[in-house]
Amino acid sequence: MSAAILEARSVTKRFGGLTANEDVSLVLAGPVGQVVSVIGPNGAGKSTFFKMLAGFLKPSSGQVLLHGQDITGMPPHRIARLGLVRTFQETTIFPDLTAMEHVSLAHQLHREANDLEVVLGMARARGDEVRLGESALEILELMDLASVADVAARHLPQGLLRLLGMAMGLAARPQVLLLDEPYAGLNPEETNRAVAITRKVAASGVSVLLVEHDMKAVMAISDRIHVLYFGKKIAEGTPEEIRNDPKVIEAYLGQEDEELGL
Amino acid sequence: MNPLKKRDLFIALGFLVVLLLLPLAVGHSRYLLSVLMNCAGLSLIAFGVWLTFTIGRINICQAGFALIGGYTTAIVLSRYGLSFWVALPLSALVAAAIGALIGSFILKLRGIYFSMLTISLTEAIRLAFLNGGDFTQGSKGITGLPQPFGGDSPLPMYYLAVALLALGLLVTWRVYYSRLGRIFRAMRLNEDLAESFGTNVWRYRVVAFAIACALGGLGGAYFAVFTQSVYPQSFTVEHSIYYMLYCFLGGLEFVSGAMVGAFVLTILFELLSQFQQYQTLVYGILMIAVILVLPNGLVAIRAAVKESRA
Repeated sequence: MSAAILEARSVTKRFGGLTANEDVSLVLAGPVGQVVSVIGPNGAGKSTFFKMLAGFLKPSSGQVLLHGQDITGMPPHRIARLGLVRTFQETTIFPDLTAMEHVSLAHQLHREANDLEVVLGMARARGDEVRLGESALEILELMDLASVADVAARHLPQGLLRLLGMAMGLAARPQVLLLDEPYAGLNPEETNRAVAITRKVAASGVSVLLVEHDMKAVMAISDRIHVLYFGKKIAEGTPEEIRNDPKVIEAYLGQEDEELGL
Repeated sequence: MNPLKKRDLFIALGFLVVLLLLPLAVGHSRYLLSVLMNCAGLSLIAFGVWLTFTIGRINICQAGFALIGGYTTAIVLSRYGLSFWVALPLSALVAAAIGALIGSFILKLRGIYFSMLTISLTEAIRLAFLNGGDFTQGSKGITGLPQPFGGDSPLPMYYLAVALLALGLLVTWRVYYSRLGRIFRAMRLNEDLAESFGTNVWRYRVVAFAIACALGGLGGAYFAVFTQSVYPQSFTVEHSIYYMLYCFLGGLEFVSGAMVGAFVLTILFELLSQFQQYQTLVYGILMIAVILVLPNGLVAIRAAVKESRA
């Protein structure tokens, strides 16, 4: 059973009378470095599902397991420590800090100095700054952001900010990275670049689970796709299988074929 | 160094140097020295409010923690006859401990809910001291406290005030401009984002609030020996609101903001002493004006002018 990296078992979430997720199960197993997507029309409960995986919402019932350990209802910072990190759609960041300072800050889990040593500026805290700065630079290199490492975030275009958000997630050195609509609002060129970088991140040994609207990107990048519809999972499979699944086509009926990437 | 930080440093150091040298010019005037000492003490307390702003909480209970510090010092001095130098750090510790305890429950709240709760907290703390029986002497307060320095010169007390101001400034500075301060700011921007990369948000909120309360307690202890007394009325909701206004006026993006605001407003009202009875009214209008016209405070004024020209 413990072969699974991440497993959601019959997760259900109710908000009052509304059932946002009903009995959703998902297994992320197999070799590390896979890219798995969760798709579905608007209001299908994708975001709710993601929030429950990362601990930002507590499921009404069901379990979430990370490497076989029950993480249901744990606070997000503890889940992050165990290796599952979520990034955000809106990259709220400091306009005045550079890209590198952002990623260095996000190394919260890998500090050696305690808070008092940090405030007093003691040797261990200064050592942290050097070490974490180097680690931040490595992450920026992986993300093709090294050239803007010293640029203040307010001067970065939207496409790069999205990648910066991903880089901050990587700073926690997760085994599983949850990306919440990483390509929303990007132009095709930016999307292609972000997709390529997502692949690179996965290849570096991080399993990526993403929620995304951009079907073309999802079809191009995913090893496996899960489809949610009105809070329930209606299909799971490879992009090819999903593309030809009658239930999925029905769920998306009325939408432009273009959107499905058919 | 970041130009904003550079300006902050310039103002902070400039202030301290001027305060150290001023007695050469005004040392003969007890009145002027006492105004400056008042400003220094108020700045010390306001640093705490400023620090709570960095985690995105509007703190209107700082007067309560100043009161806790003041009473701790008064009780330690009058009842146990210990030295002021024991009472001073003890006051900060007691305020920090009570702050951490209360904070761990109320810091979950945000925005207007947190602010409203902290207003009532100031009042609750005042009432607790008012009804403290023999221990706190009720509305009579605790008076006749000994000053830490003998002799007739006000200068030792003055330099104590400056030293405490410098300490408050140093603590706030070190916290804000370290990794810790960035974590606080990340929490202000987006608590979920901070939590997502592994920050124990609850813990850091409590840490920030406890440091803030310690600064309030330190300021309260200082005022207790400065005025040689403490009453339940020494620090009230009104004061809590003034501390917040100092921060708004000085600027929330600069550590020196709290201090600049405290000095400017206090000295302004000394100059306009015939309007003293309208103080609250003027403060109210000023608060609205500052938020509308100078959202980043006085310290940022040059940047604001530059930006409007550009």
